[in-house]
Amino acid sequence: MIRYILRRILYAIPIAFGVSVVCFSLVYIAPGDPLQTVMPPDATAETIAIVKHAYGFDKPLPVQFLIWLGRVLTGDFGVSIATRRPVFLEVSEALANTALLAMFAVPLAFFTGYVMGAVAGSFAGRWVDRVVTGAAVVGVSLPNYWFGIVLVIVFAVEYMLLPATGMGPNGSTGFSLLQWSNVQFLILPVITLAMIPIGILARTTRAAVAEVRNQDFVQTLRAKGLSEWAVTRHVLKNAMPQVMAVMGLQFGYLLGGSILVETVFTWPGSGFLLSKAIINRDVPVLQGTILVLSLVFVATNLVVDLLQSLIDPRIRRA
Amino acid sequence: MGSAATLPVSPPHPSPLPANGAREYSAAVLTTDTVVLDQPRDAFEEQAIPATRVRGYWQSVFYRLRHDPVTLSFAAIVLLIVLAAICAPLIAPFDPFKESIVGRLKPFGWRGHPLGTDELGRDMLSRLIYGGRVSLMMGVVPVLIASLVGGLLGVVGGFVGGRTNTAIMRTMDVFYAFPSVLLAVAIAGAMGGGMANGMLALTLVFIPPMCRVAETATTQIRALDFIEAARASGARTTTIIRYHILGNVLGPVFIYASSLVSVSILLASGLSFLGLGVRPPVPDWGLMLSTLRQSIYVVPFVCALPGVAIFITSMCCNLVSDGLRAAMDVRM
Repeated sequence: MIRYILRRILYAIPIAFGVSVVCFSLVYIAPGDPLQTVMPPDATAETIAIVKHAYGFDKPLPVQFLIWLGRVLTGDFGVSIATRRPVFLEVSEALANTALLAMFAVPLAFFTGYVMGAVAGSFAGRWVDRVVTGAAVVGVSLPNYWFGIVLVIVFAVEYMLLPATGMGPNGSTGFSLLQWSNVQFLILPVITLAMIPIGILARTTRAAVAEVRNQDFVQTLRAKGLSEWAVTRHVLKNAMPQVMAVMGLQFGYLLGGSILVETVFTWPGSGFLLSKAIINRDVPVLQGTILVLSLVFVATNLVVDLLQSLIDPRIRRA
Repeated sequence: MGSAATLPVSPPHPSPLPANGAREYSAAVLTTDTVVLDQPRDAFEEQAIPATRVRGYWQSVFYRLRHDPVTLSFAAIVLLIVLAAICAPLIAPFDPFKESIVGRLKPFGWRGHPLGTDELGRDMLSRLIYGGRVSLMMGVVPVLIASLVGGLLGVVGGFVGGRTNTAIMRTMDVFYAFPSVLLAVAIAGAMGGGMANGMLALTLVFIPPMCRVAETATTQIRALDFIEAARASGARTTTIIRYHILGNVLGPVFIYASSLVSVSILLASGLSFLGLGVRPPVPDWGLMLSTLRQSIYVVPFVCALPGVAIFITSMCCNLVSDGLRAAMDVRM
């Protein structure tokens, strides 16, 4: 087991390295000089050369990359062009807000999707199955940024039950999960975020459950006289690892891919930060956010793999 | 599980190919050859007319599709949407660019505008019809290019194996480490938006999963006996790749690509929604949704329309892809 864990961690290191190379090169696929935004337009060639030297832009690319990597490893992501604050601070604050959304969206999606899929898989081919499968297709094909807008139209514009955007009432500081005035801002974004994972999980669980039910051991369980409920429990347990793998991926996607939903609800999370950075052409923030989010995604995948191997020892030997 | 959306270009898990994908071809080729050579003519004819006619692979695929009304009807809707986008100048009731100061943000049915007007007084129905052009193109073109490039990389990697394969697949793993939305936004955001950059970003997002599908299928086929047999009978590598490998890899690649179209439409509209797609005044569903978002307090239902278009198109593509997968019996 320990050897497996070490091997998986070792395997994640080159991936993380590759991810940082991609993030580093983002600055260079951006059109124009990376210094354009900080230089006054009337700067002389001499000044440009001095500034270039000061920022290290005159060195060869691999050297620049190593210097950048060294800074990143110590938590120095540079300074935001728009707000002049350290990128690390901006990203970590935003990430905490995104994690707050994910904390509620993931259990909601997991529970709903798993139950839907389990029911559909247990009654494969019957009408319940058709209804659930249809609902799951809706979930998978839903443009969640549009669904968010529809929820806002219904609950905030037409019935005025819930706030449309933001993270708390005007002028409020801090976010408390114990106060309704704060919590009400969570509801719509969490539901919106959960929709796609619900669809994906329901489909995955349905396929896994239907597959496991066709295996020989289920026949054996029935033959030895177990009740249908007890058989179902065995089936659900055996379908779990596959479902967990997908759920882990979805958790990562929620953290990294919530950019559209956060933009709709102006939720001050990492996705919203990213979309602001794009509008302001704030490359340090863009780079830093994407690096942190993708590293979180790599780490999530690692944790999911390890959890899976804990549940299902067969994976360790593969 | 192949299709997906936050926007999980979910990594296809390797799984054995269905028997009728891989084996039937080779068996058919081999038996007809030997039968023709060895059997006396009348005996052969007796054998060749069995009691029940056996259908070929593609014949049975089309048979199954013809008897699947659900898939057929959703395919018809997709076809309608595509036709409407192509014939936009013929069927759009108004000029999609014509603005009107008095007619801004009007509800359904206002003065002959069946779906109302947008924030500049332009006819919504016409803009939705024209918007399909950009949205569908941004949904389909990246998938096509990614299938070609990713499929080629995967087939080469899977067939050559060894270091080349490791190099290709490990590079792909790096891009897998990004959530798909994030990667698309990162590339498009760094390059500064625009339709071409958006399509390029989506293509780069879809190449790794495509490559993995092709590689998995190729590796599995390569290990089968009939490849060995083909080689032993003197077939050249190019011939083996062209007939035996491509013939068996195209199925999974095609099915996966069809499931990506829906994801691509969602992602492309998402990019436009963030301002990374086409620039105004070009009509595009994602962009329209984004600009109309400010007006939800005035004409809420008109503002939701572009999203309805995205949703319906994406869902129909998904269902057609599911139907195709079932008909072709490809598991991923």
